[in-house]
Amino acid sequence: MFFFFMIRRPPRSTLFPYTTLFRSILVLLIIYELAVGSLPAIKAFGWRFLFTSKWDPVTKQFGALTFIFGTLVTSALAILLAAPLGVGLAVYLVEIAPKKLRGPVSFLVDLLAAIPSVVYGLWGLFVMAPWLQRVVEPWLARNFGWLPFFQGPAYGVGILAGGLILTIMILPTIVSISREVIATTPRSLRQAVYALGSTRWEMIKGAMLPYARSGITGAVMLGLGRALGETMAITMVIGNRPEISTSLFAPAQTMASLIANEFTEATYSLYISSLVEIGLVLFAITIILNIAARLLISRIAR
Amino acid sequence: MNIKKRRIINSIMNYLFTLAALSVVLVLGLILGYVVWQGAPALNIHLFTELPKPVGEAGGGIANSIVGTIYLIVLASLIGIPIGVLSGVYLAEYGQNKRFGEAVRFLADVLSGIPSIVVGIFVYSLIVLAMGRFSALAGGVALGILMIPTITRSTDEVLKLVPNSIREAALGLGASRWRTALTVILPAGLSGIFTGIILAIARVAGETAPLLFTALGNRFWSASLDQPIAAIPLQIFTYATSPYKDWHAKAWAGSLVLILMILVLSLLARFIAGRGASGRFKMGN
Repeated sequence: MFFFFMIRRPPRSTLFPYTTLFRSILVLLIIYELAVGSLPAIKAFGWRFLFTSKWDPVTKQFGALTFIFGTLVTSALAILLAAPLGVGLAVYLVEIAPKKLRGPVSFLVDLLAAIPSVVYGLWGLFVMAPWLQRVVEPWLARNFGWLPFFQGPAYGVGILAGGLILTIMILPTIVSISREVIATTPRSLRQAVYALGSTRWEMIKGAMLPYARSGITGAVMLGLGRALGETMAITMVIGNRPEISTSLFAPAQTMASLIANEFTEATYSLYISSLVEIGLVLFAITIILNIAARLLISRIAR
Repeated sequence: MNIKKRRIINSIMNYLFTLAALSVVLVLGLILGYVVWQGAPALNIHLFTELPKPVGEAGGGIANSIVGTIYLIVLASLIGIPIGVLSGVYLAEYGQNKRFGEAVRFLADVLSGIPSIVVGIFVYSLIVLAMGRFSALAGGVALGILMIPTITRSTDEVLKLVPNSIREAALGLGASRWRTALTVILPAGLSGIFTGIILAIARVAGETAPLLFTALGNRFWSASLDQPIAAIPLQIFTYATSPYKDWHAKAWAGSLVLILMILVLSLLARFIAGRGASGRFKMGN
């Protein structure tokens, strides 16, 4: 009888699947809550919401185009600057840096990731924006003023400041992932290219970067995802003026900064609902980007 | 192209790569340098012991924000650590090479990519609307949700490193799978899991966006779950966007305190991780 007890099948665990399930449900729950919250706005404005730029709480007219524009432009600027810089730094860390420097430089990049967003915002507002206003923007206007991007008064805060602060903030993401995928380039491949008599740059250009291409693309897309959703720093340096302008000097407003600025001030339900719908749009864009990026990265990681 | 040209291009590119590295280090130096330079003069004992003073009155501190941040982190940990660790254990022990495990891992990655302000909206509609007011509880839940992916991921990865022989030994002694997971595998990977937890705490300690309309901020002491509560990042934001010189100085000082907190946590995480690797058993033997 006693032995019968001993060989009884061990009880199945029930705890683990539930916690894990909870997490998966969490993502679905977030989607559900956002969808329900934005339902009044969707009903009221339909697809027009995404393509009109009038945002007027007084007349109860809401359109998100201005903010979608602000988000896309600042993020695009950030990616344009951060992608070459980040991949360059990753290559430097894997291939060029002296062995002694690799550890410390990687640590510094990790440190960059640890600085809170609000501190970037503080620095951007009090150090970078005045510098842009006094030095960079007048210089750009003098030398490249014939381009539509560099016209108008220099405010300091605005699209350029937002793009630059995002550049700094997404660098760690791009560097750390690119570094990992670049480091997976097989030794044999690198040595084969060197054996053909190529220089180091030709090896990097001809073997490393093509080998890691999909992973690097994924890293850049993850960086883009971070840039799109970044809130505090950009709220502090974007200038918070709902405008669509071709000039990078002009103040603007992004989806995230709009939510941060107006959510607690929204007084009636259609207003709140419109803000939630902007959250939903932001969520959808970042999720799609993230899924695509993860697929690209996991393809090379295998 | 002749060899001379190729060499020249090569060295130009070398310089460019080095320049990229230098510029990033320079920017980091500029940011940290400014925070220390501007923040250090405003650091004094009152910062840690006093409540914020109204505009115009000198002195005052951010004591309630410091306590509030710790309070919120404890709340977030109560939610984030159990769920994060248990999901990680599940993934490592039960989810290997299975469709379901892959799918859950994927969802975890997706969860980590959600903008934190969206999590704020979610918690707002879930808790703030239900309770009818902004509260410390809502802030804690928002931060807790943000902690989960980091903890799950590190737990999952650490536990996968635990040698199979240990797992088999426990199962061979007749322990059930969950008992093996909780009493044998989990302790074996404990230092790595701690590292993940501390890194997650360091990450959410500086989060501001999800607190804007959950914890809201508070100018006074509060320790109740259902009242708004102060937090260092929120206070920095309020001070930084104000027009007062004195408040700007406090924002820098607050940033310095926050960065030091995060730095200490990160170094602690590194220290634990370093000890764990040379710890009780050698991995991969």
